Amino acid sequence: MKPTDTENPEYFHRVIDCQYACPAHTAVPEYIRLISEKRYTDAYMLNWVSNVFPGVLGRVCDRPCEPACRRGRVEEEPVAICRLKRLCADNRDLQVTRRFPRIPREKNGKKIALIGAGPASLTVARDLMPLGYTVDLYDEQEKGGGFMRSQLPSFRLPETVLATEVNYILDMGVTTHFNHRVESMRAMLDKGYDAIFVGTGAPRGRDLSDLPGRREADAWIHIGIDWLAGVIFGHISGIGKRVLVLGGGNTAMDCCRTARRLGGEDVRVVVRSPREEMKASVWEIEEALQEDIPIIDNHVPLAFVVEHGKLAGVQFERVRAEYDDQGRRQLLSTGEEPVFLPCDEVILAVGQLNAFPWIEPDTGIAFNTKGLPVLDPLTLQSSLPQVFFGGDAAFGPRNIITAVAHGHEAAISIDLFCNNRPLDERPAPQVNLAGQQMGVHDWLYDNRVTDTRRQAVPMVAKAKTLKDRLLEVELGFDREVGHDEALRCLNCDVQTVFHAELCIECDACADACPVSCINFVENGPEEDLRSRLKAPAANLSQALYVSVPLGTGKVMVKDENVCLHCSICAERCPTAAWEMQKFFYQSARAGQP
Amino acid sequence: MTFFRPSFRHPDLQPNAAGFHRRDYEGGISTLCAGCGHDSICNAIIDACFELALPPHRIAKLSGIGCSSKTPAYFLGRSHGFNSVHGRMPSIATGANMANRDLIYLGVSGDGDTASIGMGQFVHAARRNLNMTYIVMNNGCYGLTKGQFSATADKGSRSKQGNVNLLESIDLCELAIQLGAGFVARSFSGDKAQLVPLIKAGLSHHGLSFIDVISPCVTFNNNPESTKSYHWVREHSEATGTFDFVPFRQTITADYADDTVQEVELHDGSVIYLHKHPDGPDITDRRQAIDNLEDHKAQGVIITGVLYLNPDSRDTHDILNTSKRPLNSLTEADLCPGAAPLEAVNAAHR
Repeated sequence: MKPTDTENPEYFHRVIDCQYACPAHTAVPEYIRLISEKRYTDAYMLNWVSNVFPGVLGRVCDRPCEPACRRGRVEEEPVAICRLKRLCADNRDLQVTRRFPRIPREKNGKKIALIGAGPASLTVARDLMPLGYTVDLYDEQEKGGGFMRSQLPSFRLPETVLATEVNYILDMGVTTHFNHRVESMRAMLDKGYDAIFVGTGAPRGRDLSDLPGRREADAWIHIGIDWLAGVIFGHISGIGKRVLVLGGGNTAMDCCRTARRLGGEDVRVVVRSPREEMKASVWEIEEALQEDIPIIDNHVPLAFVVEHGKLAGVQFERVRAEYDDQGRRQLLSTGEEPVFLPCDEVILAVGQLNAFPWIEPDTGIAFNTKGLPVLDPLTLQSSLPQVFFGGDAAFGPRNIITAVAHGHEAAISIDLFCNNRPLDERPAPQVNLAGQQMGVHDWLYDNRVTDTRRQAVPMVAKAKTLKDRLLEVELGFDREVGHDEALRCLNCDVQTVFHAELCIECDACADACPVSCINFVENGPEEDLRSRLKAPAANLSQALYVSVPLGTGKVMVKDENVCLHCSICAERCPTAAWEMQKFFYQSARAGQP
Repeated sequence: MTFFRPSFRHPDLQPNAAGFHRRDYEGGISTLCAGCGHDSICNAIIDACFELALPPHRIAKLSGIGCSSKTPAYFLGRSHGFNSVHGRMPSIATGANMANRDLIYLGVSGDGDTASIGMGQFVHAARRNLNMTYIVMNNGCYGLTKGQFSATADKGSRSKQGNVNLLESIDLCELAIQLGAGFVARSFSGDKAQLVPLIKAGLSHHGLSFIDVISPCVTFNNNPESTKSYHWVREHSEATGTFDFVPFRQTITADYADDTVQEVELHDGSVIYLHKHPDGPDITDRRQAIDNLEDHKAQGVIITGVLYLNPDSRDTHDILNTSKRPLNSLTEADLCPGAAPLEAVNAAHR
């Protein structure tokens, strides 16, 4: 293998699994360390800069960081990153707004329109306001937040938490046009904005219009996202006792748990695929199960059955999943009799669609066969140069943190576009390497690896929370429990940097490494090298750190997979060939050089 | 502060044939200087015991005094241990071995502990061919007292301060071969690929397995002009030949028709296949083994690997014809069989 190029910032970035997995690349280990030092406001700010909504995301994020967490491979469970984020948001100094960037009084003369007031648009506003842009925000709702407001039930995300963080941005001086549904892109283009950002989400819930009985039973069948919005805005306050929720995503989980709170006693989720393939996050499935909601998998709906002018139930076909040699799934009937599940009402949460009926075909914005805009995947620019897309509107339904990441990229693109600079000359990420050694055994970071297991988050009693849909279920960590949880972090941002020219090949690091990840071996192709290391190196998603040839002709090979970042290699090295250096990585922001 | 090791190990490491994990053979975290060769030897011992699937509670580790002799704290944390008086490890090992011949004895000593204060002890353990593995962590200097030359420092070797050693050095391997040790080897702490199989072979050999391991003292004796430095040893060593050690439990699949391969079967049925140079010495011949050592010494080359192996090695118990049962398990009834057998013995002499 060729020697690893550690000059490329992406190498060490990849080692920080959580940060790398986060679409917005939040510096997770750094903010967890700040929490362990009780510097909650500093931790909040680090989050705010990168993910814009720490209080919201600390509750409802899809948490791509947690399955990636190295602790989950070393032990059993990852660090509770998401809940720690909430801890710093809960304990932040309310004067935190003083740390926000100043908004220049003198504007730069560029006007931007944001269509839709969801996380993507708000991020664009947050990034562009400090640069002097004039920003107009349009949304059909009466307040900002987009689907975070209309679809996330209050028992998961209290409205005040959302409103506070949305207002942080609006208070920067965004001109809001609420209760204003944009009906025509042509009209928007005619207003003479320098750039337009479309962050309208994926607003249409998929229906099962082809199923027999669908029309006759319409009064008892609801589209999930519309129904959730109806509940949140107070238009819907009850539901039948027996409810079937069709679908296996997070919306389905929100629907079934909301139904339990509106009077549903026998609420069941029915999903086409096997349980393991459900799209919903594991923890959301668990919380639904805890609220006595069974999940019935491998059932495909066949027909809505109406008896005596009323919905009686739904008929399902039993299936099993078969996979071809390419891993593609097919659901095949088991040949058994159809199953009839009686119910009073049905909620459909079987997916969301993008819809842009308000963008006229002659505007110059091209769409692909799936009805999605044709975009440059990096710059998010559409075929009409001054129009950009982000969030669910760009590539179909994803999640909040992805929308935020899109917002950052779109803001960079818009800033470059408005300055007549090429969109591919994007600012570089900010990186920094800082040595951590203070003495032979003294480090600037807490290098001790605790054995503490993942802390459980306290919850409100089920009997109580099921009676009040506004009552938040999770109570969040208190400071003490949060501190214990924060210390579980393995500090993956503190990198093991190897200086081959100093190594005398004494093997001390390889001997001392508790997880056997350091090796001194003859070089070879990657596959061959992986087979010759002390411990199996089967995790191909994790890099091998390979040095230049050493004195004996061997190379140092470190499998990054389960490195504890415990500093023992550096402490046992007689020549300081191993160095512990904290790698700070922050994605580029609009306006940076 | 890192004075303890994290408790996590690589999750994909498999247990050995006896169901033990490698961590079951580990000890505490080392407090030796960073980079000490002794740490590598400790890990080679751990690897060897793990790979041979020896039950940790069947091993007794013994040592004297010195940097080397504190190392039993860093390996085999679940085995029996005895940290004895300076240079007296062989006596303690002899006593323990006499009392319980069933345990596996692993003695660890240094060049000072063996070649100076313990010389009288070492030579007699070799004479008796005591059934134990005797590892000398040989750095050619007294690390605990700031690096003065020890008795194994080569004549002409230069210290970190620039002093030249004027005295003749003691070659422990040569002495051991001369005095009757059944298995004698030399290795280098920086070469685990050779050291681990050597220790495994030593542990399987019946009789004294003496392994002299050159182990650089990074703090006091790792300057380029020292003959016990990483650099010097790597530049000036030559292996007797590569070898394969096949533990007796394993089916022997190797079939060497070649006459460059010397096959030596050990007491427990394990086999060592030595791939030697065509005109290399016969390692089962004591004289050739000593000549081989002297020849290389004259050329300024350190010869490593198995130096001598006696396939018919007889240990102290064999020589003295002691009870096959460990003495510590003999009861009063066994030791004092009563008047009738005594009468019979007496009658036989009338």
